[in-house]
Amino acid sequence: MKDAFGAPQSLLVLGGTSEIALATARRLIALRTRRVWLAGRPSPALESAAAELRGRGADVRTVDFDALDSASHEVALGKVFAEGDIDVVLMAFGVLGDQARDEEEPMAAVRVAQTNYTGAVSAGLVCAGALQAQGHGSLVVLSSVAGERARRADFIYGSSKAGLDAFAQGLGDALQGTGVQVMVVRPGFVRTRATAGRPEQPLATGPEEVAEAIVTGLRRRSETVWVPGSLRVVMAALRHVPRPLFRRLPVWRS
Amino acid sequence: MSVDTVSLTGWGRTAPTTAVRFRPRTHEEAVAVVRGRGPRGVIARGLGRSTGDAAQNAGGSVLDTTGLARIGGVDAAAGLVRCDAGVSLERLLRVLLPLGWLPPVVPGTGRVTVGGAVGSDLPGLDHRRSGSFARQVSALELLTADGEVRTVLPGTALFDATAGGLGLTGVILGATLRLRRVATALMSVSTERAGDLDDLLARFTAGGDRLPYGSAWIDLTARGRATGRGILTRGEHATLDVRPAHAGRALESSRSGGPRGRLLLPGFPPLPAGLLGPASVALYNEVRYRGAPRARTGELRPVPAFLHASDALPDARPLYGRGGLVSYRFAVGYGQEETLHRVVRRIAARRGPAVRAVLQRFGAADPGLLSFAAPGWSLALDLPAALPGLSRFLDGVDEEVAAAGGRVCLAKDSRMRPETAAAMYPGLTDFRELRERMDPTGAFRSDLSRRLGL
Repeated sequence: MKDAFGAPQSLLVLGGTSEIALATARRLIALRTRRVWLAGRPSPALESAAAELRGRGADVRTVDFDALDSASHEVALGKVFAEGDIDVVLMAFGVLGDQARDEEEPMAAVRVAQTNYTGAVSAGLVCAGALQAQGHGSLVVLSSVAGERARRADFIYGSSKAGLDAFAQGLGDALQGTGVQVMVVRPGFVRTRATAGRPEQPLATGPEEVAEAIVTGLRRRSETVWVPGSLRVVMAALRHVPRPLFRRLPVWRS
Repeated sequence: MSVDTVSLTGWGRTAPTTAVRFRPRTHEEAVAVVRGRGPRGVIARGLGRSTGDAAQNAGGSVLDTTGLARIGGVDAAAGLVRCDAGVSLERLLRVLLPLGWLPPVVPGTGRVTVGGAVGSDLPGLDHRRSGSFARQVSALELLTADGEVRTVLPGTALFDATAGGLGLTGVILGATLRLRRVATALMSVSTERAGDLDDLLARFTAGGDRLPYGSAWIDLTARGRATGRGILTRGEHATLDVRPAHAGRALESSRSGGPRGRLLLPGFPPLPAGLLGPASVALYNEVRYRGAPRARTGELRPVPAFLHASDALPDARPLYGRGGLVSYRFAVGYGQEETLHRVVRRIAARRGPAVRAVLQRFGAADPGLLSFAAPGWSLALDLPAALPGLSRFLDGVDEEVAAAGGRVCLAKDSRMRPETAAAMYPGLTDFRELRERMDPTGAFRSDLSRRLGL
């Protein structure tokens, strides 16, 4: 159960090697979290992430989970929920893709869309159903500002996040009054392994800042979290910039 | 019986969870709810005054007892009354007082049910004389996991587990209470101001138990030499000879039990938490402290107005903002006053906006396995949950209290660690054992029991 400050006792991470997710898990373990499930494709990285969290005093287990294999989600995640209540589900899987290559190879682009959107739809619905049955819990969905307005530089990734974002908002509305909270997190550019080597954009953050914002959002029971918070204002303005002008904005094309 | 699906929180409005709420009007309907429970169990809920999650059951059933509200006849010879679990203490007081009787132990608020008072084993203002609520209960009707209604008598293991057992041994359907005879419906009240915490404790102890009812308000925003200053209010039942000629009206008016609770600003959404800032609270506390008499004795007040002084005030929760409020109530033994000092100093140093802070003095420990009261001092305070760093701060206070052999009240809790609770309540092992035996499938569960692993 979550305490009065929204700190969970059990956490399920979908995409168990995500740097943002692991930073969040570390913070939550320091508060109240005792059991952590890391779901992801079996890999040494997943095991070492689990070992690292175990070292912080949590009971960490791993579970096989492949975002692309939607048919398996119900069974894989059902196993986790059968073991006990999950207070927070953190949906952190996703791929950035490579815009230039994806435009050349439609199948690569489809993989991005399937991972970020289709996979999240099936996993999200399975988790939402299980949380609804237990009458409490939070589903934290890692969206992105890229989904707020499509850009030339990453519209394949952006469109998949736009779909995810809309899905998560609708799911949150559908779950009103069931005791389940859906929190949409929209970080800007985050410095991680995946973005290493890419040109940094304004208002960039690190995984630690995003984790901090997630923990604060859980405490406040927020529905939408922007990281950094100022992005909310920036994006509110950018959303209304006319397209001919938007295409010329240097920062938002690179 | 009405049934609906609702999102519930405790009085503090933190951590909402959803459950199916049943409101039975007869014992048979209550039995049907417990027999027909789902896999996530059932928990009884009264007026929802626990600040934390004691009366919530996420994804399960919540049995609202307020529909069970009959008060039986008073057995004048034995001084007993039988009443249903959903009767509020306020109503009980209103009904019994004109008959010359007083309910056994009257906690600081009358807006709790008899069932809730037993389940939390609430201590009253005269704990040194009467013990906690369950000490004055001569029999309980308990609906247990097998769907049977049992009469549970004091001295049995089941009674000791149910007293303070947070509803986890079954649903209390009714109780027989021992009553106290009173000559008038008035209290003779003495009020005094204490300049610091030492002074307050000394005044509290002085005079022995001549005035059996006592509690003090502490100004937790005062710092420096005034740290822990407060107002001590004590009282005794007025006898017929002190009753002045005009007291007839006061006696009459006590029937109404004071004004009903109302919202501070009816219809308004929660106010920003910043309104309850350090400066405004410090100012309020200053005015309250200065406004109290230095020393006054023999003031006559109607019993409900004295015992339930806080019920006459408007609901202050909107002041705590959207985040809700966290109650923290702890007790430390006599001889551990230094811990009390340290905690008060720490809160004062943090400039936490504590408006409500009540100091009480407890007598002998109660037999309940999870009963809160133990000989010593108890401090209860409310703080806004949105206060930055409050979680860690209270964890730190937990450690300090535990190190001093003290304990934190479970019925008000919304944030403790399971390990801390186990360390503070040695009776928990026996409690778990009894539950395992009586209720192997876990029929009675609450968010609190899940969170603390009770």
